[in-house]
Amino acid sequence: MQFARIPGITLALAAAIAMIGCGKKEEPQPQTAAPAAAPAPAAKPEVVVKLGHVAPMTGPQAHLGKDNENGAKLAVEELNAQTLEIGGAKVKFELLSEDDGADPKQGTIVAQKLVDAKVNGVIGHLNSGTTIPASKLYSDAGIPQISPSATNPKYTQQGFKTAFRVMANDVQQGKILGEFAAKQGAKTVAIVDDRTAYGQGLADEFKKSAEAAGLKVVATEYTNDKATDFKAILTKIKSTKADLVFYGGMDAQGGPMAKQMKELGLKAKFLGGDGVCTPEFTKLGGPATDGHYCSLPGMPLEKLAKGPEFKDKFTKKFNAEIQLYAPNAYDAVMVMADAMKRANSVEPAKYLPEVGKAAYDGVTAKIEFDDKGDLKGGAISIYQYKEGKLNYVETLGMAPAAAPAAAPAEAPAAAPAEKK
Amino acid sequence: MDIFLQQIINGLVQGSIYAMVALGYTMVYGIMGLINFAHGEVVMIGTLVAITVVTFTLKLGFPVWLAGATGIAAAAAVCMALGWSLERIAYRPLRNAPRLTPLITAIGMSIVLQNVAMMVWGRNYMTFPSLVEKTQFEFGGAAFTSVQVMIVLVASISMGGLLFLVYRTRLGMAMRATAQNPAVAGLMGVNANRVIASAFVIGSALGAIAGVMVGTYYEIAHYQMGFMLGLKAFTAAVLGGIGNLAGAMAGGVLLGLIEALGAGYIGDLTGGFLGSHYQDIFAFVVLIGVLMFRPSGLFGEKTGDRA
Repeated sequence: MQFARIPGITLALAAAIAMIGCGKKEEPQPQTAAPAAAPAPAAKPEVVVKLGHVAPMTGPQAHLGKDNENGAKLAVEELNAQTLEIGGAKVKFELLSEDDGADPKQGTIVAQKLVDAKVNGVIGHLNSGTTIPASKLYSDAGIPQISPSATNPKYTQQGFKTAFRVMANDVQQGKILGEFAAKQGAKTVAIVDDRTAYGQGLADEFKKSAEAAGLKVVATEYTNDKATDFKAILTKIKSTKADLVFYGGMDAQGGPMAKQMKELGLKAKFLGGDGVCTPEFTKLGGPATDGHYCSLPGMPLEKLAKGPEFKDKFTKKFNAEIQLYAPNAYDAVMVMADAMKRANSVEPAKYLPEVGKAAYDGVTAKIEFDDKGDLKGGAISIYQYKEGKLNYVETLGMAPAAAPAAAPAEAPAAAPAEKK
Repeated sequence: MDIFLQQIINGLVQGSIYAMVALGYTMVYGIMGLINFAHGEVVMIGTLVAITVVTFTLKLGFPVWLAGATGIAAAAAVCMALGWSLERIAYRPLRNAPRLTPLITAIGMSIVLQNVAMMVWGRNYMTFPSLVEKTQFEFGGAAFTSVQVMIVLVASISMGGLLFLVYRTRLGMAMRATAQNPAVAGLMGVNANRVIASAFVIGSALGAIAGVMVGTYYEIAHYQMGFMLGLKAFTAAVLGGIGNLAGAMAGGVLLGLIEALGAGYIGDLTGGFLGSHYQDIFAFVVLIGVLMFRPSGLFGEKTGDRA
C-alpha cells in the first residue's frame, strides 16, 4: 500500500520541481540581460577562470591547508588586480576552495566535484595521499593540476600529462636526509613513520640512502597521523640505543614525539622532513625540539630574491605566519596563469602544453618541469631548531640554479605581480 | 628488563586516563542502559576549556597552582553543565524510545560537539601550558616524570571517591537502586530523573579531570582528540564489563598495558611481520574478542536483557 503511494508523491514533487524550474528559467532572462547589455559596449567580455584548490581545511593538518589556501588566494587577488586579457577577453580568476581533510576518500570526492564544476585548473592537493588518487580524475578530465606540496614520487610517475609539482620530491629529499644523517656522525638510526603516502615514502627513501651511506637501521616503527602517544614505540627505540631518530610524518605528531623522547631520556637526535619543519613543530614540542634537524625542499625564503617581499605581503594580508607551503601554492597559481597567458587561452586542453614548458621565475625557485612534471633541480635545505626557531644550516642536493639568478629574460611575466 | 618496566609505566599512565574516561561510559550505561557516545567529546571540551582558562589566568599573573586549580574547576563546571544538558536535551525526551534512537542522538551529539569546539577553538592544535615542573625520575632503568606520577595518583583518588559515593552515600544507593530496577526504585521514592542526571554530571566531572590529565600529559589538544579517546575508553569499559565501576577501572588500566606492551613487543614476537602500527588496533581486537567470548566483560555480572 505504501509503495503504491510513493510514486504518486514523487510524481507530484517532480512536477512541482519542473514547474519551479521552468519558472526560474523564464524569469531571470530579462533581468540578467539588461545589466549585461548595458556595459557590453564599454568593456570587453569577461571570462571567469575557475581554479580549484584542495587541501585539508579540517582535521589535524588544517593549519597547513589554510596556509596553502592563503598562498593561492594571494596569487589570485594579484592576478585579478592586473586585469589580464587572455584570448581577447578580460579574465577574472576565481578560487574554488575544497576541503579533503587529508583523507584520500574525501580527496577523490572533492576532485570529482571540481571536475564537474569544469574548473580550468587545480592547485593541490596538499598531501601525497590525496593528490595521487585525485590526479587520475583530473587526468581523465584533462585538467592541469599543480600540487604545491605533494612530495611522493608516485604522483608524477603515473604518466599523467596533467600532473605537475613545484617542489622537490621525496626521492630527492630522502636521499639528502640519509646523507646528512651520515655526515652528522650517526652510526645507528631508528626510523618511525606515520604510514601515510608521504611519511612512508619519505622514510623508505631515507632508509635506502642511510643504508647506502653506511648507517645501520636498528629499529623500524610506525604510528599514524592522528596519534598523540608514542611512548611505547620510543621505549623500544631507546632499547636499541640509536644515535638518531628519523621521523617521516607531520608536525602534529613530530612535536609531541620530540617531547616524549626527552621524557623517556632518549639522547638521540631527531631528524625529520618538511612535515616537521614548521613553527607548529616547535610550538608543540617546546624546548624538547632544541638541536633537532629537519629539511625543507627549496631554499629558505630569506635567501631568495623575492622571498622577503612575499613574506611581508603575506603577513600583512593574513596577519599570520607562513606555516609551510604558502609560497609554493602562490607559485603554483602563478605558473598556471603564466601558461594561460603564453597559450593565450584559458582552455585546459590549449594551455596544458604550455604548463610543461614553464620557465617561471617564482618566489620559491625558477620553476621548470622535467618530462614527468617534476621540478627541475629541486634543492633541499637543512634546518636546525634552536630556542624555538628554525636556523638554516645548509642547502644540499642539486645546484639551486634558479634561486640567486634574477633571470631577467623571464622577468616580464612575473614582474607586475611582484610589484603589487 | 628496564624496557619491560618502562612499557609497564607507559601503559599504566595511559591506562589511568582510559579508566577515568571509561567510568563516564559505564556509569551512564549502568543506570540507564545507554551508551553515551558523546562522552569522548565531553572530555575534549574539558581539555580545551582548561587550556583557555589556564592560559588566560597565567596571563593575568595568577601563580601557577592557582591557574591550574581555576582551570580544573572551570573544566569541571563546564563539563558538568554539558553532561546535564546532554541528558536533558538529547536523551531524556527519548527515554522511552526504541534503543537505537538514543544511540543515534548520541553519535549526533558527538558530531555537534566536535563542530562547536572547532568553531570556538579553531582547527589548530593547542598547546597546554606546563603546570607542573616536569621532574624526571629514574627507577630500575626506567624513566618517568612527576606528571605521570600525578596522573596515576589523581586517577586513583578520583576513582576511590567515586566508589565511596556509589557505595556509601544516599545518592549512591539511589543510583544502584535505579540501575537495578527504575520502576521499583521510583515506587520507593527515588527520583529517577535526578539520579540519571547526577550520573551524567558525575561522569562528566570525571571526564573533565581526565581531560586536564590528557592536557598536562601530552601538552597538546585538538577538537578531534575526543573521538579516539572515547572509543578506547568505551572498549575499556566493555573489557571490564560495562556497567561495572571496578570493571571500568581495571579495564582501562589493562587496555593501557595491552597497548603499550603490544606496540613494544609485537614486532619482535612476530619477527617483523606485524609492527607497532597495530597499536590502535589492539584496542579493537580486544573489543571484538570480549564481545565474542565474554560479552559481559571480565568483571561483569550477567547483563540480562539490558545488554
